[in-house]
Amino acid sequence: MKNNPTDEKKTRRDFIHITSGVTVATGIAAAGWPLIDQMNPSADVLALATVEVDLEPLQPGQSISVLWRGKPLFIRYRTEEEISKANDIDLNALKDPQPDEDRAKNSKYLVMIGVCTHLGCVPLGQEGEYGGWFCPCHGSHYDTSGRIRKGPAPTNLEIPPYVFLDETTIKIG
Amino acid sequence: MSNIKNGKGVIGWIDYRLPIFSTLQHTLIDYPTPRNLNYWWNFGSLAGIFLMIQIITGIVLAMHYTPSVEGAFASIEHIMRDVNYGWLIRYIHMNGASFFFIVVYIHIFRGLYYGSYKSPREVLWWLGLIILLLMMATAFMGYVLPWGQMSFWGATVITNLFSAVPVVGTAVVEWLWGGFAVDNALLNRFFALHYLFPFLIVGVVILHIVALHTHGSNNPLGIDRKGPQDSIPFHPYYTIKDLFGLSFVLTIFAAVVFYAPDFLGHPDNYIPADPLKTPAHIVPEWYFLPFYAILRAVPDKLGGVIAMISAILILFALPWLDTSKVRSATFRPIYKKFFWFLFIDVIILTWVGGSPAEGHFILIGQLATIYYFAHFIIFMPIIGIIETPKPLPNSISESVLNKPIKDGT
Ligand code: HEM
Ligand code: FES
Repeated sequence: MKNNPTDEKKTRRDFIHITSGVTVATGIAAAGWPLIDQMNPSADVLALATVEVDLEPLQPGQSISVLWRGKPLFIRYRTEEEISKANDIDLNALKDPQPDEDRAKNSKYLVMIGVCTHLGCVPLGQEGEYGGWFCPCHGSHYDTSGRIRKGPAPTNLEIPPYVFLDETTIKIG
Repeated sequence: MSNIKNGKGVIGWIDYRLPIFSTLQHTLIDYPTPRNLNYWWNFGSLAGIFLMIQIITGIVLAMHYTPSVEGAFASIEHIMRDVNYGWLIRYIHMNGASFFFIVVYIHIFRGLYYGSYKSPREVLWWLGLIILLLMMATAFMGYVLPWGQMSFWGATVITNLFSAVPVVGTAVVEWLWGGFAVDNALLNRFFALHYLFPFLIVGVVILHIVALHTHGSNNPLGIDRKGPQDSIPFHPYYTIKDLFGLSFVLTIFAAVVFYAPDFLGHPDNYIPADPLKTPAHIVPEWYFLPFYAILRAVPDKLGGVIAMISAILILFALPWLDTSKVRSATFRPIYKKFFWFLFIDVIILTWVGGSPAEGHFILIGQLATIYYFAHFIIFMPIIGIIETPKPLPNSISESVLNKPIKDGT
């Protein structure tokens, strides 16, 4: 049985089938990747990544929205009351625990991406049960630090990467 | 017609080489059809007609439409005000999408009532569900094209559903967007795909019809045909019945297109898209409301998305979830009641989906969602086992000729 010619033929065939199958699969994958990757953000979209904002004109209790990478950014000069409310809580009770000082480089100015972490609507400022933001789409409530407190959103409003260039100018991105 | 078979004449000459005419004759003229079909069987051909209406008006719209964030909204206004009959073509396309869904939803409920998904029509049923999924994708992408407020925020919320996928969610969404938000790249690709998908639907419709003609149509009695006395040729009997039904549907359609063209739409979509401001009350088009209600019923992002997708996917398993051998609900006293409970449940979901997510609506939506799934996962299998069906007639012709058939639709 050992030298049975049909058996041997079978294994050689199998080898050819497997190698050609693997070659074809690799070829399809290599040809397919450009077709998939073309949908990813293009170079010009990636390049539009920074904005500078002057905070000088802002008064306590005022906010501005600026567009950054097609998304609104919320910049709010918070009142003393809002800041103390943001610090005055039990972190363990939060869905996405994060102390306020980790969310604001300068506790006066809160800089966040104004996009609800549920499905991307723009929340309304100074509304909702926690005096922060409220998303009307499916009812997510955020506090004065932009942390999720109630509703379907899974995480806090995102903080973009930014630096203070001087006391009142920030660069985002 | 005999020319086709014996290869004489121009038609016969072509058919001998490419059997296109004999195929059409088999499917549209000779096709032996159960003699007892009622008007609920009109909705398949109606769906086909609305598909054609969408394709014809869509191609015309595409000749005047500009797929860019600067130009899209203005080009729609240009179609509405300047293009000759542009308002008519666009209103037909907008309302045609709604009528397409009405017709297809009735077609699906017809299948549920008469057990048309049971052996040997499982693949036929699946192909129909694939058409439904493609239609939903097409309509969603089409709604984005006018680039109004609802277009923009609908696109944002729905594409963000993919961000619920663990680990790769964000990467997938940015891939879909071609950027970091809904913007020009997305509008362009949605236009390309909105143009493509209807033709994919045409392809699946052809497979749907091949599968249909393999075992023939089901019928209100849900019993198999025993012989030639149970069938009549499709033409002229059902061509005329389909056309007669069509005349009614087109009358209603024309009334909506001419007298209430924006009744089914949202005024917010006549405001140009603004990425800084979400409208206070965003809702999808009416045909997505039941699914939207299911999405919102689950107070968890990923859970909501899974529930919404499962609401359609569960229909694929129907041939096995239904344990009864009897097809037609006419002979299934218990299932018949539950069919109507399901129907009411879907109406409730539609209503909740269109209402703000607050107060009682949250609880009602959650109960209606639970009921929806319970219908398929719990009630259907159990009813099939415990129910005693009424005696089935011996044959279609006997039932048609001996007593006036009463089926409780
Ligand atoms: C399955 C069939 C189709 C469905 C369900 C469908 C659905 C829709 C919907 C709901 C809209 C938004 C209407 C509005 O609010 O203005 C739309 C727009 C549009 N569709 Fe289609 N469509 C279909 C086929 C096609 C085809 C074949 C084309 C050809 C290119 C097309 C081209 C367009 C264009 C250019 C628009 C933008 C103009 C407008 O908004 O009125 N559609 N479609
Ligand atoms: S998008 Fe904000 S709650 Fe859903």
